[in-house]
Amino acid sequence: MARAKDKDTAGAPARTDERENGFVPPARLSVRKAYKMLVGGQFVRSESGRYIQVADPMSLGGTKENVPWASRKDVRDAVVVARGAWEGWSGRTAYNRGQILYRLAEMLEARQGELARSLERGGLEASRAATETAVAIDRVVSYAGWADKYQSLFSSLNPVAGPHFNFTVPESMGVVGVVAPARPALLGLLGAVLPIITAGNTAIVLASEEDPRTALVLGEALATSDLPGGVINVLTGRAAELLPHLAKHMEVAALDLHGVTPELARKAEEAAIVNVKRVRTRSIDEAAWFDADGATSPRWIERFVEMKTIWHPSGA
Amino acid sequence: MTAKETIASATNGETHAAPSSPAQRAALEFGKAWTYAPAPEAADHVRIDPRYELFIGGKWVAPSSGKYFDTVSPSTEQKLSEVAEANERDVDLAVKAARNGYEKYWSKLSGIERGKYIYRIARVIQEKARELAIVETMDGGKPIKESRDVDLPLVAAHFFYYAGWADKLAYAFPGRSPRPLGVAGQVIPWNFPLLMAAWKLAPALAAGNTCVLKPAETTPLTALLLAKIIEECDLPPGVVNIVTGAGATGAAVVAHPDVDKVAFTGSTDVGKRIQKALSGTKKKLTLELGGKAANIVFADAPLDQAVEGIISGIYFNQGHVCCAGSRLLVEEGAFEPLLQKLRDRMQTLRVGDPLDKNTDVGAINSKMQLDKIRELVEAGEREGAERFSTPCELPTRGYWFAPTLFTGVSQSHRIAREEIFGPVLAVMTFRTPEEAIEKANNTMYGLSAGVWTDKGSKSFWVSQRLRAGVVWANTYNKFDPSSPFGGYKESGFGREGGRQGLLPYLEVD
Repeated sequence: MARAKDKDTAGAPARTDERENGFVPPARLSVRKAYKMLVGGQFVRSESGRYIQVADPMSLGGTKENVPWASRKDVRDAVVVARGAWEGWSGRTAYNRGQILYRLAEMLEARQGELARSLERGGLEASRAATETAVAIDRVVSYAGWADKYQSLFSSLNPVAGPHFNFTVPESMGVVGVVAPARPALLGLLGAVLPIITAGNTAIVLASEEDPRTALVLGEALATSDLPGGVINVLTGRAAELLPHLAKHMEVAALDLHGVTPELARKAEEAAIVNVKRVRTRSIDEAAWFDADGATSPRWIERFVEMKTIWHPSGA
Repeated sequence: MTAKETIASATNGETHAAPSSPAQRAALEFGKAWTYAPAPEAADHVRIDPRYELFIGGKWVAPSSGKYFDTVSPSTEQKLSEVAEANERDVDLAVKAARNGYEKYWSKLSGIERGKYIYRIARVIQEKARELAIVETMDGGKPIKESRDVDLPLVAAHFFYYAGWADKLAYAFPGRSPRPLGVAGQVIPWNFPLLMAAWKLAPALAAGNTCVLKPAETTPLTALLLAKIIEECDLPPGVVNIVTGAGATGAAVVAHPDVDKVAFTGSTDVGKRIQKALSGTKKKLTLELGGKAANIVFADAPLDQAVEGIISGIYFNQGHVCCAGSRLLVEEGAFEPLLQKLRDRMQTLRVGDPLDKNTDVGAINSKMQLDKIRELVEAGEREGAERFSTPCELPTRGYWFAPTLFTGVSQSHRIAREEIFGPVLAVMTFRTPEEAIEKANNTMYGLSAGVWTDKGSKSFWVSQRLRAGVVWANTYNKFDPSSPFGGYKESGFGREGGRQGLLPYLEVD
């Protein structure tokens, strides 16, 4: 949602002219963007037609921009495409998932300036915005590497007392619903979603309500990477309204909740029993997202895998 | 009844030595039906410099001796380029550059930054994959089909895989605070020139070491192109140094007192000499040496699949493969149908111009190697085994050897004991799984093995009893950067690939 206090326009170039009621026609009129959510690889507005206004501190005197305010129907549409994308995404080789994530890092690097500017417009100092963007891109690189490695760390050969080969391997869960942390808006969203999709799951993310616009700019980068449509779906809106719908959806396998109020978390956990959803809550403070050693731990991936044990006889 | 008697009765007097024998005529005759129009890979976009210097400290440096040696195409015997010959002084410069690169730059980088450098290398290799494949084929003689579809994808994948470990070492060996060793001296063979460079450099760099790499003297070109790629990727100077030369250059790399770790892939003979040279020093060592792998086919195996596995097991890369399935062990009941299928399939192999996209078997890597293959094949005939070579026309220029198999082989024959490193298969038989295992393990080597059976429990049972570092069940010659590779016994020690492949390049508590 829009930040309560709009940033003033002090940093923007002077565009007022006192002699003419404050209006000067610009030499060239800029083209504004209609921000859209990313669902199934498509850019969509909310089917509800609702919108949320977000401040545009770069603009003349407090102009606001509009981002979609997703509805229950948008959530349900996103689940359908995320469920559809899961088959293909989890069926790809781990190496291929890693390649696609690395490609995403390349696409984000090319949009580094745009992402940082969006964070600034969302209220960050320029240097913090630049740092967050850089760390977020490196986080993608790091998870690209995890795609074909976590299996070696989580799996085991079990020395059962008998003539059997017995091993345990991780597999993906399915569709995971994510509430991204309010801050850091970009790094937090990616940091939450990356371990989930690295493991072969697909995700529906409810973006930061403090800076929803950056999530939609990120969506534009996601759509131009090699990531198949539907693997990451980005919705903007109110978590308090949408999370309960995700929590009770039968096709959602797990929830990953960041910075959700205790009451809302309890509500989600109660609704989750309908199909025995795995509900993970992760409470780390804003600074911890920047700590690469902690935030790239494979334990974040381990929260979103199922373990399968296979018995096979051994004998001539 | 001995194995040899078994074969004699099973084959019922049929001789496989002469393709014109009546039994042979009864087999499928492909003749001209298998002649394809030429399909040469276009190579005119590939530029090979007339001369290559040494890559030391991020610069191209002339050898102190002023000496250069030719690298020739084994399929045409034409000179492709000339390459600097590094002596002890040059190697010393390279080790100093590597030490400097380690202390000044590489050891000071965070894991993620090191990883990003290695990702860059992986990406440029993908971008230049076709060019590298063509040069690999020109310099080494392997079919373009293999360099393009096997070597190069694996090279890129290897760099990608280990790039991803660079910031995760603490998770690879939890609680053991892994640290790099320093400077790695690496000596690699000519059978998979660029792939072996990748197997050596990628884990070493990811673990935080700097490298001095010595490619084989018959196949230096792709390693030098890799040096150019490393230059383009803006790696800090001295992190990777490439010194070309023959055995003496390799010996200088291995013996240099400021090298902390030595990694060698090549023959068991040279491996033993290196192990001796390093004894009493604190240097860490890994060796990936020769092999004489058994490919075991049970009567309940899917025979058509097995034939494909046997063919790729021994004729892939002209048999210049340390893990080649060079001993075929067949359960008696399957001997006759399997050998018939095998001889038929062998005749469909197209031998010739490695740059032709239809070629299955390319040129033998060098005159020296061709002489060694001929010597062992002659020994096989002299010792009484029966030879079958496919009746294919071989080009007049270059080094060639037709796909060959021997039946009537006993375990004491040289062709059953020694690594031929060529397209020559020794076929033996067995009656029980126990006998198969005993024969398979009756070798000083222990690099790899194959098992073919439709019974899953049997494939596990046999795999567990084979003394080999890699066992392929119902498949053969499969490689992946996430899968550790390396030998038992005199096939060497240490593993390349996977999490285990990091260990030789790390000090762990």
